[in-house]
Amino acid sequence: MARLIRTEKEVEGRYTEQWVVVEEDALDQWPAGPLETVGRDTPRVDGYERARGEAIYTADVQFPGMLHTAVLRSPHARARVKRIDFERALAAPGVRAALGPASGESSGGDAEASGAGAYTPDSSASAPYSSHVLTDEPSFAGAAVAALAADTFAQAADAVRLIDVEWEVLEPLLDADEAVARESLLEEPRRYERGDLERGLGEADVVVEAEYRTQTLLHNALETHQSVCRWEGDTLEVYISTQYIWGVRSGVAKALELPQDKVRVVCNFMGGGFGAKNNAGDYTFIAAELARRTGRPVRCALTRREENMASGNRNATIQRLVAGARADGTLTALGGEFVNAVGWDGFSASTSGPMQLLYACDNVRTVDYGAQLNTSPNAAFRAPGFVEGTFGLECLLDELAAKLDLDPLELRKRNYSDSDLVDGRPFSSKRLLECYRRAEPHWARREEVRARSEAPWRRGVGLASQVWYGGGGPPSYAWVRVGSDGRATVITAMQDIGTGTRTAMAQIAAEELGLPLDRVEVALGDSARGPFASISAGSSTTPSMGPAVRAAAADAARQIVEIAAQRYHLEQRVLSLRGGHVVSADGGSWPLEEVTGLLGSGQILGKGARGPNPAGMRVLTFGIQVAEVAVDVETGEVRVERVAAIHDVGRIINPLGARSQVEGGIIQGIGHTLSEQRLLDPLSGSVLTQTLDAYKLPTIADVPELVTEFVDEPDTHLTNLGAKGLGEPPIIPTAAAIANAIRDATGADVRSLPVTREEMLRALREARERETVAARTS
Amino acid sequence: MLELHVNGGTYRSGAAVGRSLAETLREELGFTGTKIACNEGHCGACTVLLDGVPTLSCITLAHTVAGREVTTIEGLREHPLVDAFVRADALQCGFCTPGQIVSAAALVATNPSPSREEIRHAMSGNLCRCGTYPRIEEAIETWQG
Repeated sequence: MARLIRTEKEVEGRYTEQWVVVEEDALDQWPAGPLETVGRDTPRVDGYERARGEAIYTADVQFPGMLHTAVLRSPHARARVKRIDFERALAAPGVRAALGPASGESSGGDAEASGAGAYTPDSSASAPYSSHVLTDEPSFAGAAVAALAADTFAQAADAVRLIDVEWEVLEPLLDADEAVARESLLEEPRRYERGDLERGLGEADVVVEAEYRTQTLLHNALETHQSVCRWEGDTLEVYISTQYIWGVRSGVAKALELPQDKVRVVCNFMGGGFGAKNNAGDYTFIAAELARRTGRPVRCALTRREENMASGNRNATIQRLVAGARADGTLTALGGEFVNAVGWDGFSASTSGPMQLLYACDNVRTVDYGAQLNTSPNAAFRAPGFVEGTFGLECLLDELAAKLDLDPLELRKRNYSDSDLVDGRPFSSKRLLECYRRAEPHWARREEVRARSEAPWRRGVGLASQVWYGGGGPPSYAWVRVGSDGRATVITAMQDIGTGTRTAMAQIAAEELGLPLDRVEVALGDSARGPFASISAGSSTTPSMGPAVRAAAADAARQIVEIAAQRYHLEQRVLSLRGGHVVSADGGSWPLEEVTGLLGSGQILGKGARGPNPAGMRVLTFGIQVAEVAVDVETGEVRVERVAAIHDVGRIINPLGARSQVEGGIIQGIGHTLSEQRLLDPLSGSVLTQTLDAYKLPTIADVPELVTEFVDEPDTHLTNLGAKGLGEPPIIPTAAAIANAIRDATGADVRSLPVTREEMLRALREARERETVAARTS
Repeated sequence: MLELHVNGGTYRSGAAVGRSLAETLREELGFTGTKIACNEGHCGACTVLLDGVPTLSCITLAHTVAGREVTTIEGLREHPLVDAFVRADALQCGFCTPGQIVSAAALVATNPSPSREEIRHAMSGNLCRCGTYPRIEEAIETWQG
């Protein structure tokens, strides 16, 4: 029965209280460990389609008569359009329509007055149509101002240069500390306190204070943000590279004032998102409006350069932190002021989250500022806030351990928290101690690693813990259809953004139906062909969708057993589905298709929903990483040589895919730590690192030895599956583990990401000066 | 009229002078397995073979390859590397994968058992944002089964 509950919903660490309709979850937990299909290494079910180049991504969608779009983006971080003239652009070859800002003065007067259909590029009117995503007062470099549709992209791109704009250039605000001082904030400062920080600091034998800085990072999914929009009668079809089909559907319906079912959103294959593709984006609205005005399908795809100017980023942070501890390592105080350089719009992530959640410290005080700047809006990027906050916190812990002369792993164990001190709730499951135990052999390598130092290279080992959300939640629905040929199809309008969730869903359905994996298909990616499904963000797809798929498969299995019981004159309770057969307790066995064949061309349809999250419990994921580095103390070059990762994310559905997720997270983490950085022109605020030769992603040559392990124990409180999400946890501790390994190798405290050679040499100089002073005073 | 030789077939193309090979393959000839991810020669997603040599098709003009043999991922679908990539889980979102397999095919054609260093050297021009690199190494090390 459907039940209406008031519940806390979490996505990317952001909580909202809302009404949710849930259905009860009546299935028993599967046993721990590998089953028939679940828990076993499974190559991706769509691997061949992707590898052979057969998979159709949004970038590959082509329709007859499709037009291409180029967008005029502001070259200025803050400016006003004084005059904009489309005349030359509209006269350029192949140009079919133009869009301008919704407000402000443009040379042709009121666009709407010309009426749909009355306007052609050949007419003398220079009046473009408008869109709400275009602005004549851009507040960051890269803000969309105008757009053109043309027969080819090259024509559109050439013509967009002919749009004549007179700018009034204004002074931008680019410095986050200055923004806080001037109270240019996106929201009220977020304050948190438990206990009394001053008292805690007073009780401490040792206090450390430090300022950490993290840089702005760019997602750079290889498929850029893009949509193809096509009107079919009064229905808008949106083909889009997205992490949230249903969010795009409701966002587009709302903005265009359409009934939701008049918007169909399709994303069958998706070329990466990492958090930046949770919304419809300016490109979708531009394509939809140009499609409406021209009556033709329209593609709007960001170029790589636009991608790096205007499609989201992990914002920079400044973290001023303090920690106090007794001589035995017991934390008495943790405090932090976190400045998130959010951008013109976006959200202030919970950079203070790890400080609040990770340790059993009684006195904690944090404040997060979300600075509003004339830079492009941030977007969620794989554990937003926690990657940055863990870098600060876990480096601070190691600086504390050094001062206390205490083993860093021991320090973490001594401050292990058994329940969530933020709201007093017990954890639904927490196996961080087991992660620590399994980290010991990796941690024990440090004597041997250090001994391999050889001038000018110094080697060391560092570690960092991880905490994050990842429990998912309702609502999420799935159907399972079993045909008379004994094959099953999972149908749900979710998306596989490359994490392998399509494969995990196939495994779960196969397990429940007792079918070999090659008899299960997964149909996803289309809002018109399946029920509502979870966003693929916040490590939530598997924990949200997995239980719904299992419930749908169980519903179908129940119906099959009911039919078989009547056909073979047996009691339902003696029948089950195994190995593609209906089997009875007394040894009878009938191929599944013999039973389902009774349906003729009919089908069995099972329905399933994600049950509620456990009331009164905190659902989190945990882990630890141990990094080994080599530092050239003469040049400041840092090489990561080995990372061991142990994560507790409940049951592992596909160990093969899970290991890939962890490796990918660590590799992104290495890029974040050592090479990636969005650079801005400090005067104009324009992005200098728009291309992939300037913005340095890790390559295959940058990858160290990687070792991954999972605790792999179902969270029996969470769902009938016991699986949590894994997309984000592995990127969280990497930067801190590397920085701590650098300290172990050299004694130098790196406090600013990325650890460029300049930062490394600065830290080495500082460490030498500290030693000199210490030698003088002793 | 331009005559292109792609994957053993001959195609007539009306590509304008200045049009890239990648766009011509994708938009005119329908070989959408070749991806464009940066469109300026930095990422390797558009890699095709030109007379067996890995080439960035997004910065290669279609008119410069007349009379030469172009091999795209569509021409390598039965290559054992495809199996090896799937087996080793050497793809996540898969957008870079066709380019990776094309580059790897060129490598193993001249060096069937490359060392780890040789793999890294040959593959370092193909970016993968999902970070499947260790799996790609494994796939190339094990492609012969």
